Amino acid sequence: MSGVHVLLVGIGGFIGAIARFSVSRQLNEFHTPLPIGTLTVNLSGAFLLGMILGAKADTMIALLFGTGFLGAFTTFSTLKLEMIQLRLSKFKKEFILYVVIIYGGGIALAFLGNLVGRHYF
Amino acid sequence: MVYLFVGLAGTLGAILRYAIGITFFTHSTFPFTTLFINLIGSFLLAWLTTNLFKRISVSPLLVSAIGTGFVGSFTTFSTLSVETVTLLKDGELLLGIIYIFVSIFGGLLMSRIGFKVSGEAGKS
Repeated sequence: MSGVHVLLVGIGGFIGAIARFSVSRQLNEFHTPLPIGTLTVNLSGAFLLGMILGAKADTMIALLFGTGFLGAFTTFSTLKLEMIQLRLSKFKKEFILYVVIIYGGGIALAFLGNLVGRHYF
Repeated sequence: MVYLFVGLAGTLGAILRYAIGITFFTHSTFPFTTLFINLIGSFLLAWLTTNLFKRISVSPLLVSAIGTGFVGSFTTFSTLSVETVTLLKDGELLLGIIYIFVSIFGGLLMSRIGFKVSGEAGKS
């Protein structure tokens, strides 16, 4: 664990957390059945990380943008908290929709990002 | 100001995730690290926001910094998606399915446990 690597992850994490906070704050003001802010950061982040891996970006870039920025920009804990809130509030249809969209979409977009990264970068 | 706090806490969350990632299970095909981090984080966020932060008075600034900043950045969804794709591409179909299954239901369970604790604390 070199100091430079930790620094890169830390800088990426700093920007990623602020970006997620800012995007979620703005998008969650729209009162949609599903938490559109978390969906947006997670799905776009899955695509972009797929792209970084597909492009075989060098270690420095992967740590700054991948592990640091996108790792922090996307989140799992908030996703689960929102899911359990939907489930406990008896929004069963929304709960199932959320699970399907986030996991189906996340895997599909990570795959697509991987293809784009491999062929265009 | 709140942005700065969220950012600083996010830095810690990301570095801790990275440190755990390069320390444990480094030679495993199955992404134990991300799974472990995500499950712990799911419990922690639910417990903090529905229990601890309701019982002790914490400034809204710290609530955002710890919940959204630290735990939000510690856990990750992009890595989970990419690791699943990697497992499937490597022909590890069963491991890929197990990974998604445990992430979905294990994560919900951990979050639910964090919630339940708060419900009981509220009654007493």
